[in-house]
Amino acid sequence: MNIDLLVGILNIVLISTTPLVFAGIGELVTEKSGVLNLGLEGLMLVGAVTGFITLVLTGNYFYSLFFSIISGVILSGIFAFLVLNLMTNQIATGLALTIFGIGLSAMLGKKFSGTPIEGLNPYYFIVISFLLVFMVSYFLSKTKSGLIVRAVGENHNSAYSLGYNVIKTRYMTIIFGGVMSSLAGFYISICYAPMWQEGMTAGRGWIALALVVFATWKPWRLLVGAYIFGGVAIMQMNLQAIGVKLPGQFFNMMPYLATIIVLVFISSNKLRLKLSAPASLNITFEKNQ
Amino acid sequence: MVYLINIKLREDYSNLIFYLSPLVAVFLTLFFGSFIFLILDLSPFESFKIFFISPISNSYGISELFVKATPLAIIALGLSYCFKNNIYNIGAEGQLTMGAIFGGGIGLLFNDSTSIFLLPLMILFGAIGGAFWATIPALLKTKFNTNEILTSLMLTYVALFILDYFVVGPWKDPAGYGLPKSMPFPDAGRLPVLFDGLRIHIGLYFAIIICFISYIVYNKTLFGFKLRVSGFSSKASQYAGFKYKNLIFYTFIISGACAGLAGLFEVSGPIGLLYRDISPNYGFTAIIVAFLGRLNPIGIILSSLLIALTYLGAEDAQLFLKIPSAVGFVFQGLVLFFLLGTDFLNKYKVSIS
Repeated sequence: MNIDLLVGILNIVLISTTPLVFAGIGELVTEKSGVLNLGLEGLMLVGAVTGFITLVLTGNYFYSLFFSIISGVILSGIFAFLVLNLMTNQIATGLALTIFGIGLSAMLGKKFSGTPIEGLNPYYFIVISFLLVFMVSYFLSKTKSGLIVRAVGENHNSAYSLGYNVIKTRYMTIIFGGVMSSLAGFYISICYAPMWQEGMTAGRGWIALALVVFATWKPWRLLVGAYIFGGVAIMQMNLQAIGVKLPGQFFNMMPYLATIIVLVFISSNKLRLKLSAPASLNITFEKNQ
Repeated sequence: MVYLINIKLREDYSNLIFYLSPLVAVFLTLFFGSFIFLILDLSPFESFKIFFISPISNSYGISELFVKATPLAIIALGLSYCFKNNIYNIGAEGQLTMGAIFGGGIGLLFNDSTSIFLLPLMILFGAIGGAFWATIPALLKTKFNTNEILTSLMLTYVALFILDYFVVGPWKDPAGYGLPKSMPFPDAGRLPVLFDGLRIHIGLYFAIIICFISYIVYNKTLFGFKLRVSGFSSKASQYAGFKYKNLIFYTFIISGACAGLAGLFEVSGPIGLLYRDISPNYGFTAIIVAFLGRLNPIGIILSSLLIALTYLGAEDAQLFLKIPSAVGFVFQGLVLFFLLGTDFLNKYKVSIS
């Protein structure tokens, strides 16, 4: 194996993994505050399509990014209103968001499918993704607001009686997660592809969800995990090219299997579970009990 | 003057509102759906006609409606056992796939068989395949306290890749021009249709029987009572001496077997062979069907027909309105949003003072 090939592979891994980092770090913050959002795939698709349509119509990358982010704010805002104010089931609401997003993005993007665009340089976003992981890690471990987010996710009743605004905190984290997912979508349709095609995120939302658990809710591990997951996917193609006889599907299911193993590992021991998973995850906060 | 919105838990919990709120949700979905058609420069009235009325205006359409509703109803009926027990099995899509692999595998193994026992054997293995895939999250949940939501979801994708492996690898049809699909099942392994020329098949009878059994189980048996108690509070169920872990197992196995059955019916019924996209998201959509039907067996049958109509309407919309068939997902998502939202008014009393 020559050095050029190796650098080439590393480059592809770097470019293809970034959406996982964006969506994963957003979901990590959301889950740290105790909310499980299964709507990542839908948010990514709508983010991708709004960014793409705006770029085709205006030709302006800034507007494209702006409207992509706005779509994330609106959709995750709806999700937040449902699960926080109307106290709906988070699993069902998240699935509704994904199904709705798959449909909406396909409808909006129909006319624009196949329109050629000038892609944006992905390297800026790769740098930003690393910075984001650093910032989130610092925010959660070193700042007061980060501590409040974790407290709310750990035990919302205690946090509430200490005078913290549980609902407001969760609105913030859900919308942050939504924006990150739509950013991941924007990256896929504007930098990575660059094009629009129905269902183009191809299950990355679900992998990002697995990633958060795989990383046991820790930002730096999430970054490492993302590159392991991304690397495995690329390795599969290259191993096939040099004639290794393992079926490619085996590599594709690795992220999911690895996540199940990590889940079993952390949940088999009560203490270990306590140290990693936010205790109030997926539990509805009812103020007027 | 300051207005305060007061939210209180309802004491006069109303069964009428409980069963009416799905209708309200459907109405709101249609209302908002008409705006979507307006944005797309289509007349809402005409579009609704193409979407909801013309697909079922002939016998072929009605048959197709039941073809789509059958898997949805069977999966959702199975899921209702889990959801009643407050166990979130969201991996029905994977269990469906496993059922298709197990049952379909039998069909491919005996591909020159003409025995009348082939189809029953395939159906049996379909149910076993789905149940087997559902026991994994059940086992992990009871043994290691692992979150069943995440494991069942992850296993869905594992199952999809296993199917993919089989249809591009060992089970690929040698005469299939290299396409990722298996050879067709023998005639003895095909599900009989109810009427010549229509695709509606005997899976429908299974759906009705499962509905009937579920109705009796929920209303007349101790098992149904245990499910309701432990769904309300797992602690109460343990105090009452119910074996909560067993309940988790049973509900997972029932829902997995149902999803596996639905998967086998799809491949040995309308499809006739194994390939990658055997299910247009039936496993996930059935979750909506179960909630929309209020986990009530009869409600589930009705809601499966309604959701099946969104699939059919979406296909017609693609043909006649030139909009992607994914528009059906928009309606499915909206109806679930509104259903969950209207539940709020059912559970809480809102007053302004």
